[in-house]
Amino acid sequence: MSAAETSQPSETAAPRRTALDALHRALGATMTDFAGWDMPLRYGSERDEHVAVRTRAGLFDLSHMGEITLTGPQAGQALDHALVGNLSALKPGRARYTMICDERGGILDDLIVYRLADETYMVVANASNAQVVLDALTERAAGFETEVRDDRENYALLAVQGPASPAILKSVTDADLDGLKYYAGLPGTVAGVPALIARTGYTGEDGFELFVAPADAEKLWQALTEAGADAGLVPCGLSCRDTLRLEAGMPLYGHELTTATTPFDAGLGRVVKFDKPGDFVGRAALEAAAERAADAPPRKLVGLVATGRRVPRAGYPVVDAASGAVIGEVTSGAPSPTLGKPIAIAYVDAAHAAPGTAGVAVDIRGSHEPYEVVALPFYKRER
Amino acid sequence: MSNPQHLRYTKEHEWLSATDENGVATVGITEFAANALGDVVYAQLPAVGDTITAGETCGELESTKSVSDLFAPVTGEVVEANQDVVDDPSLVNSAPFEGGWLFKVKITDEPAELLTADAYTDFAG
Repeated sequence: MSAAETSQPSETAAPRRTALDALHRALGATMTDFAGWDMPLRYGSERDEHVAVRTRAGLFDLSHMGEITLTGPQAGQALDHALVGNLSALKPGRARYTMICDERGGILDDLIVYRLADETYMVVANASNAQVVLDALTERAAGFETEVRDDRENYALLAVQGPASPAILKSVTDADLDGLKYYAGLPGTVAGVPALIARTGYTGEDGFELFVAPADAEKLWQALTEAGADAGLVPCGLSCRDTLRLEAGMPLYGHELTTATTPFDAGLGRVVKFDKPGDFVGRAALEAAAERAADAPPRKLVGLVATGRRVPRAGYPVVDAASGAVIGEVTSGAPSPTLGKPIAIAYVDAAHAAPGTAGVAVDIRGSHEPYEVVALPFYKRER
Repeated sequence: MSNPQHLRYTKEHEWLSATDENGVATVGITEFAANALGDVVYAQLPAVGDTITAGETCGELESTKSVSDLFAPVTGEVVEANQDVVDDPSLVNSAPFEGGWLFKVKITDEPAELLTADAYTDFAG
């Protein structure tokens, strides 16, 4: 038996290790090279980890994510210029999902930006793009009164996700979690450790992301593990993180989002704020992309649900079942533990993109497997 | 993890039982391979009556993150495919050497390089 295809990226340089590396190994994690980092893929069964996050709680090490801090009186204006969002309008203590595009409107990365104080913002980039984002922000902020600081070495990032996560976190912090809205962040103390506590995540569940000093990461991990034991919290790896985000219809850089894609092509045009003050990088190209998308969207991002059991993978063609003509391409696919069927996100020609469109198939290594077109997301938690 | 002594192994992480009185052996993948794959969610096994050739692809196993080709450890005719595994592929993870066997083959030819349990354990690490 040999792996014929895998969606795991691999790099040749010696991988970096997070502050929790020894702990992961002690827990018996299967490690994988991800964007140059040696990260836990899973500790046991990725399906069990997935179900734990949907029904109880999961604990993730996300220390590979890239943190960049902007400080100074014009930090907000610099971000308005550098990113597609209106970050100067963000209230301190709140967070926003946004993107950084190139001059042609292509997506360099998708980001979460936290406004930590009036003159302090933290940008969180994907591990694979952290250097690109840092370089672009440094260059784009040059004319503004702001300092761009590479904070990647200064933070470990732990995430507690799932319906039991508020109760678990409450038991180890005095911070006002009830007052902490979704997409907000505040400084506090968790298990005696100073942390930026953010109500964000990438799983489709309620949950928290905790930015702490790397030296404190192990203490925090152990405290959360103990606090969550009765609630059924389990350590979770990147494998279930991917199936969780896929069910929640959340895009992944390198799959749904690339430099060849504008936010409008990805159905995420709402993150582009043309009415913000000042000019921003990519504006002209994005205005053209917005018009194109409104007039005649070439392809749309849709959900596909299998009737059979074979799993679509990134790059597989979507075809018209009757003619065999290629009508799209899968960008992410996996067996969905929640639906009990394989699911995929795919770019599909507009003519075949309406939910319920019949006769759509995925070419799975030569065999045309029937799929149902559905609206994203596949899964939405009850609030 | 331990690899049963009474089986023989390939470098593609399949195991092969001793043949019965009809010259039929059972084939599966090792626990090492099952762990490396992660949760197996789909098994495409060779069909009864198929002739398989040692070293050539004869099916595939699909897990959450990847799909892997299944290679024939020997040459012969498939006489049974494990329907339990088709119905519940997680058997490959939970019982790779027992209920998670994949198919039975009537051997006509076998390569010389099948490994003993100890040699395979050294190979797989």
